[in-house]
Order: sequence, then C-alpha cells, then structure tokens
Amino acid sequence: MAYSEKVVDHYNNPRNVGSLSKEDPNVGTGLVGAPECGDVMKLQMKINPDTKVIEEAKFKTFGCGSAIASSSLATEWVKGKTVEEALSIKNTDIVRELSLPPVKIHCSVLAEDAIKAAIGDWKKKHGVDVPASEKPSH
Amino acid sequence: MAVKLPIYMDNHATTPVDPRVVETMLPYFTEKFGNAASRNHSFGWAGEEAVETSRQQIASLINATPKEIIFTSGATESDNLMIKGIAEMFREKGNHIITQAIEHKAVLDTCKNLEKHGFEVTYLPVQRDGRVSIEDLKAAIKPTTILITIMYANNEIGVINPIAEIGKIAKEHGIFFAVDGVQAVGKVPVDVQKDNIDMLAISGHKIYGPKGVGALYVRRRNPRVQLSAIIDGGGHERGMRSGTLNVPGIVGLGKACEIAQKEMPEEAARLLGLRERLRKGLEAKLDEVFINGSMEHRLPNNLNMSFAYVEGESLLMGINDIAVSSGSACTSATLEPSYVLKALGVGEDLAHTSIRFGLGRFNTQEEVDYVIDKMVQVVTKLRELSPLYEMAKEGIDISKMKWQTA
Repeated sequence: MAYSEKVVDHYNNPRNVGSLSKEDPNVGTGLVGAPECGDVMKLQMKINPDTKVIEEAKFKTFGCGSAIASSSLATEWVKGKTVEEALSIKNTDIVRELSLPPVKIHCSVLAEDAIKAAIGDWKKKHGVDVPASEKPSH
Repeated sequence: MAVKLPIYMDNHATTPVDPRVVETMLPYFTEKFGNAASRNHSFGWAGEEAVETSRQQIASLINATPKEIIFTSGATESDNLMIKGIAEMFREKGNHIITQAIEHKAVLDTCKNLEKHGFEVTYLPVQRDGRVSIEDLKAAIKPTTILITIMYANNEIGVINPIAEIGKIAKEHGIFFAVDGVQAVGKVPVDVQKDNIDMLAISGHKIYGPKGVGALYVRRRNPRVQLSAIIDGGGHERGMRSGTLNVPGIVGLGKACEIAQKEMPEEAARLLGLRERLRKGLEAKLDEVFINGSMEHRLPNNLNMSFAYVEGESLLMGINDIAVSSGSACTSATLEPSYVLKALGVGEDLAHTSIRFGLGRFNTQEEVDYVIDKMVQVVTKLRELSPLYEMAKEGIDISKMKWQTA
C-alpha cells in the first residue's frame, strides 16, 4: 500500500511525541484503542484553566503509520485551540488532511476519540460534566 | 562492501529465478517450442524429452520415480488435486479428512469446500511450538478417515512437522497421506519413501524456479494412488491433469530441483549461519523480542519474531528498504492478525508485532548486518513512540488493563 506524503512526513517526523504528568490537575489524558486491535493512542493536553486554551499537547501511539500520523496531526491541530474548538475537530477532517484510504478511516476515528477522551479527563478533574456527545464513540 | 538496496528477505513468499534456471529455459520459448504431446514430429519430441528430463530431476530430489510426477500450474493446484482427487475417488470408502489449523489456505479452503459437499474435516490444533501432536492425530483417526493432509513446513513460522511419524501412522491405518511440501522441498531433505508420503505438492517459484508451474508426486507402488482429475480435457499426465504442458516452466522447475539437490547441504548450512547471525544480532540489541514457533524443528532460512510494543505495519514502514512480511492485521486483507500465530497461542497483541524473515540463496552476510542495524534503529524509535512500551517500563501489566475495544 502506498502512503500519502503527509502520512510519511508525520511518520518520519512525528510532532509532539512524549508524555505530560498525569497527576497535573491541568493535564487531561486520553488512552484509546486496544493492543489486540493493533492500535493504542495516548493523547495528553495541558489546558489553561482560565482561558481554556490548550497550551501543550503530547502523544504516543502504538499502531500503523496512519495511526501515528493521525495522532501526530491531532496534537498539532489542538495546540492553541480552546477546548470547545478542539472538540469540533472531526475524524473526516483528519481523513481529508492525510488522504487516508477507506481501510485507514478507523485511525482517524481513534484520533478524534483520543481528543474527546483527553478533554473529558480534564473536565472530570475540574468537576465539569461531560455531555454524551463529547464522549469517545468507542 | 556496500549493500545494494532494497534488500529482499521474503523468500517464503517467492524467490528470484536462478540465472542458471533462466538460461536452461530460454530455448524452450523459441526454437524448442513444440507441444510435448505432438508425437509425430521433432518439435514435439524435443518438448517431450525436456519434460521427461524434468520429471527425472524432480523425482531424484524427493526419492521418487519419474512416472510418479504430475505437472500442474503451481502448488495451489497440486494441493487442490491431491485433496479433491482423493476425496472424490474414495468417497464410497469414507468421508473423513484430517488436516491441521495452520495449513496454507490452498489446503484449508479446499477442505472447507469439501465440507460443503458432505465431507467431515478434523482441523487438528497445533502445539505452542507450531507442530502437530501425534497423540491428537491418533485420537482423530476414525474408520471413515480416508486422508491425512499435513504440511511439511509452515510458510509463516518455518516449523517442520514430524512427517515421518505421521506417514508411519497413516500407513498403519491404510489412510492416504498428502503433504504440502512447498516450503520444505529443496530446502531440507524430503524423502517420500522414508516418510511414507503418498502425495507431495511442489512449487517452482519457492525454489528459484519460475512462477506458474508446480508438480504433484503421486505414489504408484505400495500403494498405487488413484486420483480423480479436477481438470478434464486431453488426458495429459496420465489423465490426472489435462492441459498442454508448460514446457519452459517445467524445464525451469526441473533445473531448479537439480540445483537444489546438488547444493542443498552447503546452502542449508550457509542459510542457517545467516539466520542465526540475524537472530543473535536482534536478541543482543533489543529487549522483549520473542521467537514464534520451534527453533529446533525449523527451516534453516526462517525467522519469525515478535517485537513487543511495536505494531508490525509501522515497523515495515520504517524498514521500507527491506522486503519482509508481518503477521499484523494491517498488512492483511482481512484486518485479522495471522491465524497461524493465533493457533500457536501467541496473543493478538504480539501477533500484531511479528515479522517474518525469509532468507534465500542470494542473501549475504552484509545484508543480514544491515537488516539487524535497521531493525534495531526502527524498533527503538517506535518504542519511544509507543504508549505500551512506556507503560511496560512503568511496571503496568498491559494484559490486565481494561481496554475500550470497539
């Protein structure tokens, strides 16, 4: 299978690889997927409690090149956005940006889920209710 | 010496044609193009003579007689012919067939097809080392069993079955024994007499011969095996396989067998040396790598290894100047990880991280060293990217975690 140039670029130069402290009250952590399915994404965001702006985002992914690229792109996109803006990112945006083929659409779904899971975790830490629409679909 | 890229190390999938084989084949495309079935002119005679030479070369490699060799379009056809041919010919005698879980699809799907036509098939499980258990086999035999079909060596893990023992049991019970010999013939000594094999499927392109040609050994004495044909027509190949013979392909297959027989001891030792260099190199430089299948009963050119916490397809993407294959779901059409590794009891998480290295005649030590360095570099990079590796290093038991599966 041939990969798009953008997938190859993210795979070769993944953006924002790493981890933030899970204990930090301003950090939300999303861990989605499962090893037996061949994909696990961990997405973390440091969110400013006053401005609700995502100041930092880090990821680690076990998965194919498209999964790595989807999560790498997600960290790039959420950085500098507010929580509400980040929640409006759809998996189809990721599919379009990376030119993912149909068999790799689940990678983009997982990345969208990871964004929601990380923000959900942060909201929970701050005692905010997470509406069903913002919960990960998987 | 500089290594020429890309490196081909996927010799269980196919092999390049040996230049000596190509050279032998060439005249049969042009000046010696006759139909081997043309009995009344010299063009036909030249074709027939070439086909008979090939039969001799193949028979010699497996300790058979030339008349016991039938030519086919490849091992998938040979597998179909030996299984369906026996099933149809002996269905009055019984309808039970024994095979095993990690056969090639050419055998498994043929058996599944027969199940739709009133046959009963037992799929023996394999042990953790990838071999069939003799006790399981004995227990599966019934009065209605007409055929046991077990592969000589597996195409993913290279594990060699106890073929001589199985052959002995089949013979004692008067059951036909059909063997998919694709990965073993030409790589390790295969002797149809010693192993009591009644039918043996052979492929040209796995032994440095051309694609599109294969053979089937069909025993003629003790017992004489009769098969129903699956392709009808001009009655070629003693009526077992009609169709004009692919003379250039057959010439190539014969020459490939001749070379394999002559060079096997030396080649097997060399490939074993390279395989062990690869294994030791990877094990020395990487933690948490696991070999899939028996190391003791294994083809000299195979290594199947899981690189925990690194998904197979992303690994292949990082080593894109090396041609190998992976048991990862992402590399298969079905999105399921390897059924072979699953049958061995390898967890799905580790199956997704497996790589199959298939060494071959044209691989060099320099290439092996390059592969080791590249694998170490890419696995290390991807582990830095892997949340699972991070969790494992923190002492979290990943197998006990609750994952949100779709």
